[in-house]
Amino acid sequence: MKYAVEMNDISKRFGDVQALEDVHLDVLVGEIHAILGENGAGKSTLMNVLAGIYTPDAGSVKIYEQQAVLRTPKQAIAKGIGMIHQHFKLVNALTAAENIVAGFDSGVWFNAQKVEAKIEALSKQYGLDIAPSKRIRDMSVAEKQRVEILKVLYRGAKILILDEPTAVLTPQETEHLFAILRTMKREGHSMIIITHKLSEVRAISDRVTIMRKGQYIQTEITSEQDEQTLTNAMVGREVDLSLSCVPATGTELLLKVDALTVLDDLGTKRLKSVSFDLLKGEILGVAGVAGSGQRELCEAIAGLLPIVQGDVVYEGESLLGLSPRAIINKGISLSFVPEDRLGMGLVSTMDITNNVLLKEYHRQKGFFITRKNSRVLAEYLVDKLNIDTPSISHPVRLLSGGNIQKVLLGREIENNPHLIITAYPSRGLDIGSSHLVYDLLNAQKEKGIGILFIGEDLDVLMGLADRILVMCEGKVTGVLTRDAFDKQKIGYLMSGGNAHGGSDV
Amino acid sequence: MILFLMAAIQAGTPLLLATLGEIITERTGNLNLGVEGMMLIGAVFGFLVGHSTEMPFLAIAAGAASGAVAAGIYAFVTVTLRANQVVTGLALTIFGTGVSGFIGKYLMGFVLSEGFIDQFEPIAIPLLSKIPLIGPVLFNQNYFVYLAYLLAIASWFYIERTRFGLNLRMVGENPAAADASGINVSLYKYVHIMIGGALCGLGGAYLSLVYVPAWQENLTAGRGWIAIALVIFSQWNTLYALFGSYLFGMLGILGFRLQQFNIPYAQYIFSAMPYVITITVLIITSMQKGKGSNEPEGLSVPYFREDRH
Repeated sequence: MKYAVEMNDISKRFGDVQALEDVHLDVLVGEIHAILGENGAGKSTLMNVLAGIYTPDAGSVKIYEQQAVLRTPKQAIAKGIGMIHQHFKLVNALTAAENIVAGFDSGVWFNAQKVEAKIEALSKQYGLDIAPSKRIRDMSVAEKQRVEILKVLYRGAKILILDEPTAVLTPQETEHLFAILRTMKREGHSMIIITHKLSEVRAISDRVTIMRKGQYIQTEITSEQDEQTLTNAMVGREVDLSLSCVPATGTELLLKVDALTVLDDLGTKRLKSVSFDLLKGEILGVAGVAGSGQRELCEAIAGLLPIVQGDVVYEGESLLGLSPRAIINKGISLSFVPEDRLGMGLVSTMDITNNVLLKEYHRQKGFFITRKNSRVLAEYLVDKLNIDTPSISHPVRLLSGGNIQKVLLGREIENNPHLIITAYPSRGLDIGSSHLVYDLLNAQKEKGIGILFIGEDLDVLMGLADRILVMCEGKVTGVLTRDAFDKQKIGYLMSGGNAHGGSDV
Repeated sequence: MILFLMAAIQAGTPLLLATLGEIITERTGNLNLGVEGMMLIGAVFGFLVGHSTEMPFLAIAAGAASGAVAAGIYAFVTVTLRANQVVTGLALTIFGTGVSGFIGKYLMGFVLSEGFIDQFEPIAIPLLSKIPLIGPVLFNQNYFVYLAYLLAIASWFYIERTRFGLNLRMVGENPAAADASGINVSLYKYVHIMIGGALCGLGGAYLSLVYVPAWQENLTAGRGWIAIALVIFSQWNTLYALFGSYLFGMLGILGFRLQQFNIPYAQYIFSAMPYVITITVLIITSMQKGKGSNEPEGLSVPYFREDRH
């Protein structure tokens, strides 16, 4: 068998952090190769080295059994390597066709019609359905991803790297993507797919390479492995994968959202008459494709977005017109973890102590603020949640994503809220830390606290939530109770289908 | 009336050249607030060479080249060293004011020779200049003005219709995407920032060689700042810049013309007009943010490939 890619002894260091240490990877021609690892394992860094974006400190790369120097993306493209980045590298203001050809074709003039015809033909060949003259900003996430794939195919890539390609897709779209990948495999392309979802590794890959904390662990033939062994290899110890959900017992109403409608800056409706109830001691999961109004829902309840219509009733009182601080003082906590993790909740240049202080200082009296309590709490969080930091006076920005998140969530929970609104709390966390977060939430639930849990991983939502509310384009498309959880059905609702058999609120 | 409009075109020409330069610069994603400084540098070196060699072509080339060199300093600091673009640009303006003041000390009171000035006499373009009203206004001008027309149209074609332009737009909108597509981001930034600087220098040289034509302290009198406002006014489109510059040029001289009618404060009101209009445009475009604004998404954000996100 011929090798498409051989990477040997690759090392890369960012400042004090050894991101990769003597990592190996080999990919066969016509193979789908999964790279499995927790966050911070160095998967993306390794792939960025292969794509010419990061220059490794040491190590060698062979492409089709020839020594290769990959110092710039251009050199990588010339070797037939194309990367589909997790955060799409597309220009919103340009059309799909312009994005696809920029930087590649030679010649002086840009002839849109000719280029679009060529792209059209290519998209038919692989079943990658797009409109070449459409602007990126008008496209759905799945469409953007197809543009990214076409972009690398247009450049003649034979080796495709997909960085967490399914993170933004519904289950149906994931199936579609996998079908496309299988078509490309038949055409002789080699593919490397980065993921931390075990089910996907098993569904699509031929072989799997496991990485942990910047180190190469092992490479296995996927079909010979079961999920538990793969997980253990990925985490480095025995992990209990099961999620526990203690059925909710409370019947007392905590939060009632009634016909909530919210506009964004541009005046587009982002929430369309959303209604639901949340009981005390219940976890209500919210499922939906990214951008279906989850963020707006969180912000509207927390008082950050003006409510155009409808009402939010919390313990019998309307929250309409209250300032965010008044809402926080009522015991409602919002911890929203955006895609970039830093966009909301924490000040990245401040250290842990000061970030803890942000939610506490206004309760202090007097002109000067005291950091003593915050320092104690910061120490406690670092200890309890295993936050990996040199000290509590280290800027949050320099921590890894998972650790940043622990700071955010830890701070919110320690504020003793009655209602926790949490969006993507385990986004980017490793399995161990994720389960720590789930345990924290379950413990809060048992104390009778209501939790609105906005999630992206359906397996987690189904394992943790008492009920799941499905959103699509700002509307509630269904609410399922625990006994009616079904992945196919949720996926169907996520793409806008109507609920049949789901209990409506 | 025709004479007034002709004068408006001439007053708008340095604005147009500088605006074109700044549009090309900003399309790479770099905000260069040093336009005023680059214009002054172009003006003083253009005048210096023009006065000592008596050769208009050399003088113009010196103006453009010195502007490009000044922009090259800015490019090195912001692209290679990734320093703050606003601060660097402001520093460039202060630097340019200083350099031009220093060199200009020795040029004070010098005038260009008759023969030199004659070379910039209006040239009527056959046929086109015979069109009523438009003809004499637009097509009976010196060749600097024609050069500005050509540059505005050519840069529109360059940016919107060529592959280089497409790559340039991609660099300005999203340098990470451009880099991943195999575009040499730093090279594109350097080249276009320096072209932009050359155009600003050209605008300055026009002032000292043709418009005034003599050396005086702080010759540009804030035209560089109006050019920056014009970039926003023209929505990063060089064809709109053509109209915007002449409109602003007209407003600039309107104040002087109105002095003879003794309307109180008219001069001040009209010299404030460009800024009032720009603020109005800013308000209108920011109200429809996301829909209409053509501002490059990556404007004033430094790019480093190995930044971790």
